[in-house]
Amino acid sequence: MTAFFQSLGLPYEWAWTVATVVAIVVVSLLVMFSVAMVIYVDRKVLGAIMLRRGPNVVGPFGLLQSFADGLKVFLQETIIPSAANKGIFLLAPIITFTVALAAWAVIPFWDGGVIADINVGLLYILAISSMGVYGVVMSGWASNSKYPFFSAMRASAQMISYEVSIGFVLVCVVLFAGTFNLSGIVNAQQGFGLGLINAYAVHPLLFPMWVVFFISALAETARAPFDLTEAESELVAGYQTEYSSMSFALFWLGEYANILLMCSLNTLLFWGGWLPPLDIPVLYAVPGIVWFLVKTFIFFFMFSWIWATVPRYRYDQLMRLGWKVFLPMSLLFVAATSGYLMAIGHFA
Amino acid sequence: MIQAIAFYFFATIVVGAAVMTIMSRNPVHSVLWLIMAFFNAAGLMVLVGAEFIAMLLVIVYVGAVAVLFLFVVMMLDIDFAAMRAGFSRNAPLGLAVAAVLLAELLLAVGAYNAGGLTLGSPDGSAMQAADASNIEALGALLYGKYIALFEIAGIILLVAMIGAIVLTFQPPKPGARARQDVGKQIRRRPEEATVMKNPEVGQGVEL
Repeated sequence: MTAFFQSLGLPYEWAWTVATVVAIVVVSLLVMFSVAMVIYVDRKVLGAIMLRRGPNVVGPFGLLQSFADGLKVFLQETIIPSAANKGIFLLAPIITFTVALAAWAVIPFWDGGVIADINVGLLYILAISSMGVYGVVMSGWASNSKYPFFSAMRASAQMISYEVSIGFVLVCVVLFAGTFNLSGIVNAQQGFGLGLINAYAVHPLLFPMWVVFFISALAETARAPFDLTEAESELVAGYQTEYSSMSFALFWLGEYANILLMCSLNTLLFWGGWLPPLDIPVLYAVPGIVWFLVKTFIFFFMFSWIWATVPRYRYDQLMRLGWKVFLPMSLLFVAATSGYLMAIGHFA
Repeated sequence: MIQAIAFYFFATIVVGAAVMTIMSRNPVHSVLWLIMAFFNAAGLMVLVGAEFIAMLLVIVYVGAVAVLFLFVVMMLDIDFAAMRAGFSRNAPLGLAVAAVLLAELLLAVGAYNAGGLTLGSPDGSAMQAADASNIEALGALLYGKYIALFEIAGIILLVAMIGAIVLTFQPPKPGARARQDVGKQIRRRPEEATVMKNPEVGQGVEL
């Protein structure tokens, strides 16, 4: 796209700036549109599993429900509690939302379809997701109310705990791929399984790591069965209790953008990203972005399915799972993976 | 041009946030300004091409260390008036620390102008960073020339971690506190935990 703006007579750096800004706007709008649609899908799947209809009034099959909800919260009044710390109270949802969108900068949608193709893409994702905890902590503290504060404590402990094991899982993938660049990781998966399957998850050393990553992704995004931050029977609505209208909607959108991000990371790191499932020339006729979206959607469906199926964890069990099961297990697999790769001469 | 704009943008925010860290009256605001300074310092690192260090700065300092800071400060019950009361008493100490820091900064600038130390490759010449990416160059140094120092640092951190665990670990006193056996909890089945009774009306149940 830089070349297009250069052909309009702009010098290189301004052409690059304009092209990047256009790409950011397009990706942000598409992510927001997808978030609106997956909220609808989430409610439909949940309804189907609970033998209800789900949203079916606004638009055909209820497709416009999320947009109607968006308009509704936009027209509502933002209520700020009088004892709240006003600046931080309003800053918290903005941080959550911005951080959730910023991570999409390094996600490749197809071969070369990425805003910032940087060497440290995976580390950037880790850095951005570790920023996400501030939105929650700041909202919990600034609300000046006990339930949001409890929820903020829970959320930050939970997110930090599971980030540790996610980090080790990513090390295993990086050892196989030999790069932190997400496009490089996807390309390294071409024909990985017996020269036929385009996925890392088929390897016996990486499949358990994918399971750990998937469960940690549920915990990282505070989805059921790990939604202890907004356990409604204990904490009213968690850190969002005091929020209303757009400030609440920003949390809501940021949360779903994060869930979509985790689904796409599952796709990119373990299931071949934009590559077709099998390394057969005929399948490459389908555009890469279609494969990417289909795989991401399958993971989102699994997220909804799990939400509808399993009960909530107890908090001590959540911590036990993170620190006593996943952390030793992923550490063991880092050692096993590097030993195996040295033995077969992968780095030679 | 864009690099210059980005540099002045990040640098202004770093300095401004650092000033606000010590100026703001609320300690929680101070920590948040500090985080702002960390984050924009990472931006400066990216500008000089040290993207790996930048990401580590955000992951380690912003993502882990500052969260703990924020926790501690949020949980403290701070009396602001009492804190400010000791200002004049502590002012000389503060000025002394400030003078030392200023002297160090001037020294660093002088040393930089005199030419940097060469710490790169074994023969003393600077590391060639032409083609290698950040991660590869750092890895080659850490696991090559400085492997001994790197391992020693790792052992020290491990010992510190074990020390912290030993200091806070309290062995369970027999009978003092109920211990949970998670395996036992999961193995429990309804048949062994519940009993069905169908009593006659007005009879009651004896368990």
